[in-house]
Order: sequence, then structure tokens, then C-alpha cells
Amino acid sequence: MIPPAEPARRGILNWLLGLWGGGVVASVVYPVTRYLAPPEVPEAPTLSVGAGSAQTLAPNTGRVVPFGARPAIVIRTPAGELRAFAATCTHLDCTVQYRPDLQRIWCACHNGEYDLNGRNVAGPPPRPLDSYDVNVTGDEIVITRRA
Amino acid sequence: MRLRVWIDERLPLDDVLETLRHKRVPHHRYSVWYYFGGMTLFLFLIQVGTGALLLLYYRPSAAEAYESVQFIVSRVPFGWLVRSIHAWAANLMVASAFAHLFSVLFLHAYRRPRELTWISGLLLLLLTLAFGFTGYLLPWNTVSFFATRVGTDIAASVPVVGEGLVRFLRGGDDVTGATLTRLFGFHVAVLPGVATSLVALHLLLVQRHGMSIPPSIERRAADAGGIQSIPFLPHFLLRDLFAWTAVLAVLASLATFVPWELGAKADPFQPAPAGIRPEWYFLWAFETLKHVPPTVAGVNGELVAVALMGAVVLGAILLPLLVGASPRARAAVVWAGAGFLLFMSVMTGLALRAVTP
Ligand code: FES
Repeated sequence: MIPPAEPARRGILNWLLGLWGGGVVASVVYPVTRYLAPPEVPEAPTLSVGAGSAQTLAPNTGRVVPFGARPAIVIRTPAGELRAFAATCTHLDCTVQYRPDLQRIWCACHNGEYDLNGRNVAGPPPRPLDSYDVNVTGDEIVITRRA
Repeated sequence: MRLRVWIDERLPLDDVLETLRHKRVPHHRYSVWYYFGGMTLFLFLIQVGTGALLLLYYRPSAAEAYESVQFIVSRVPFGWLVRSIHAWAANLMVASAFAHLFSVLFLHAYRRPRELTWISGLLLLLLTLAFGFTGYLLPWNTVSFFATRVGTDIAASVPVVGEGLVRFLRGGDDVTGATLTRLFGFHVAVLPGVATSLVALHLLLVQRHGMSIPPSIERRAADAGGIQSIPFLPHFLLRDLFAWTAVLAVLASLATFVPWELGAKADPFQPAPAGIRPEWYFLWAFETLKHVPPTVAGVNGELVAVALMGAVVLGAILLPLLVGASPRARAAVVWAGAGFLLFMSVMTGLALRAVTP
């Protein structure tokens, strides 16, 4: 004969066991998942950088320069105009380059192409490149992120 | 002899030997495919050995990784050999794992009661690919740097958790030294731990169920009154060892005559060079990404591609549970497998044509 109180007591015990197990799992899983995600490292936002001499950038060529932690590309169009864009391809993050033969900005990774205004015109890139303002002080090209 | 008795009192060695002595392996015209699993295992062991050796000199940081590999291949005695073998064996291991997978698929060895063997094997293949992906970045050269940027960014197309996933893989927003350290940790600690336990399970299951006999052979054997077999000890084992020696010879010649290149050190502020590509076994996926338009029916193109590949992988894992015993279903498996193999080959061919001028 099982005393009638037994099932109830067992129920409570199982419930306590579950609570205990759940607590242990949660107290391991929570810190570990948080640990896996890298913390945001605050970085002074780069607003403007020097991008080298304007003179040495011939028409129909381009140059990749650091813009903070990311690359940027300055190009001189065949018409002689200076333009600057973020050099990170909007497709899958490769760094783009200027292709004089195409007169376009080109991404080697999957053959993406952008025109001289940074618009995605061929291949897989889904969005245009972010564009920066270009000024020349003395001979120095200065590129600035738009506010 | 005393030692033998001493051990035997503590470990059931005799039982194991006894079982092995009675173990027989079916022998028929497809038996050659039985050797690819063992070959993959052999290559895995080579990777463990050479990987441990590389660890003695390798330094996992953006500032030192490239230089340390350069040091290994140019200064450490036989360093070039160890590194080259590690790189080549990785490639052969992927190839032999794929050969093993497709032979098991085409010979229907995934059937009841070997469902778990198949599932653990498929997980091992995925782990092998993860080894390849994480190891690729470690020399910190240009090609691997951009391949890792592309590879990790693909995860961003996963809805909701995508961004978090990319940050988790990269250890930040960009591929940097933090990524290198992370992937290094996966490559030398997490993945080997998981892989070793899965290999143990896989082998245990293979041992328990024995080699599968293809249905066609089974049918013919039923008419002929039984199937031929050879003893595991020593016949099968010797053949296995022979295959391993052959693999070792191929590996040594490849490593010696076609040493694995190191390339140029990665520079995050250089444009991606032309001819950028991942390892050959990811080429088919890489080529597919080139042909996926930015949007498919209003949905992000990568997302569609990633979802499709995810579905294929999931389908492959669950295959033995999805396919019943009917010959029709088995024929469908063969067609699907052949179709996928063809797709991978065509895409790889296209990619190779694109990168070789
Ligand atoms: S990353 Fe630029 S086209 Fe794919």
C-alpha cells in the first residue's frame, strides 16, 4: 500500500529537481553566451582623413586608404574629378579597387561593379557604396564622412 | 606474458581480440568503397599529429601569425614538410570524406539500422569543413583574409540572428586579429574535441553494425546462396594498411613537389586582389554566390542561397529517416545525390575557369 501522500511528494521532488537542474544550466549558459559575443569597443568616429597627394592621383586611377578601421577608396575620374567612397563592397565585405580598363570601381571577389558615382551597376552588390566628401587642401586630398 | 595477464585482468583486451578474430568483411565488386572511411580516419590522425607539431611554433595573432608560418617553412628543420603535409592532408581528407559520403549514399549504406552512423558521419563532414574554414585564415595571408571576410559575412544574411552570428565568428565587426584568435581556438581546441568524440561514436557504430551490403549485391547473393566475405584479421586490415601507405606516399610527394604556398601577408587596406577564392571544396558555393542576383522575388539573394544550402544539409542529415525501404525512394536518393554531385562539379568547373586566366 502506497500512502496517498507519496505521489504528491514525488511531484514536488521532481519539480524541485527540475528547478535545480534548470538553475544550474541557466547559470552556466547565460554567462557563456554573453562571453561569446565580443564587447563593443568604443572607437572615436573617424570623420575625416588625409588621403595622400592629389597630384599623384592620375585621371582614371584610384587609391585605397585607411578611413579609421575601414578602407576607403579615392578615385580620379577620366574627366579629372575626385570622388571618394567607402571601399567595403556592399555584397560580402571585400575591398573594392578601381579598374581603369572598365572605368569603374570593381570588386574582385564576385565581380561586382560600381560606376563612378558608386552606384552598383553589375554583379551581386545590392547597394551603392557610401560616398564621402572630397576636398583638396594644398596638395592633400581630405575625405570627410557626411554628417 | 606476465604483463599480458596483468593487463588482461584489468582490461577486456582478450574479448576485443576475440571479436576481431571472428569479424568478417563482405567481399564483392563494390568493396573498394569500404576503404574510404578508414582513409579519412588515417588523414585525420595525420592532421592531429602535424597540427600538434605546427603548434610548437605558430603564434595566433595578426602581427605574428604570418611571420611565424614563414619561420616554420623557412627556418625550422623540416618545417616546410610539416606545414605542407598539414595543408595537403586537409585537402585529401575533405576529398576522401566526400568520396566516403557519396559511396555510402549510392550504395545505400545509410539504411536501417545504420541511421546514426550516417548522421554522425555527416556531422563529421561538416566538422571537417569547419576545420578547413577555420584553418584557412591561420597563415593570415591575403587570399585567406578576404575569403574569411566573405565567408563570415554570408552569415549576416540569416534573419534576426545574422548580425550577432557575424560578430560571434569575427570577434568584432571586422575580420581582425580577434578573428584570427577566435578561429584558432575553434581550430585547435573546440573542433578537435568534438570531432574526436564523434569519431569514437562513428567507429563504435561501424563496429557494432558491420559493413553494409548494397541492396543489389544482397539480392544477387540471395540467389547465389550467400555472400562472400574475408576475415578482418589480417586480410582486411592489411588492405587497409596498404591503402594508408599509398595515401602517405601521395601525401609526401605532393608536399615535397608541390609545397603549399604561403602567399602575401594580409593587409586590410589593400583591395581584394583578382583571383580571390576559397579552398576548392567551397568553390562550388562561392561560384553559386556569384550567380545569385541581389534579390530573388523580393527577398535578399544570399538569404535564398543560404536557406537552400541549409535545406540541403538538413535533408542530408535526416536522409535515413526520410527514405523508407521502398526501391523507388532509393532510386530517388541516387538521382538526388547524382544531381547534387553534378551541380557541385559544374559550379567548381566554372569557378576554376574564372580564376585561371
Ligand atoms: S564581395 Fe564584392 S562582389 Fe561579392
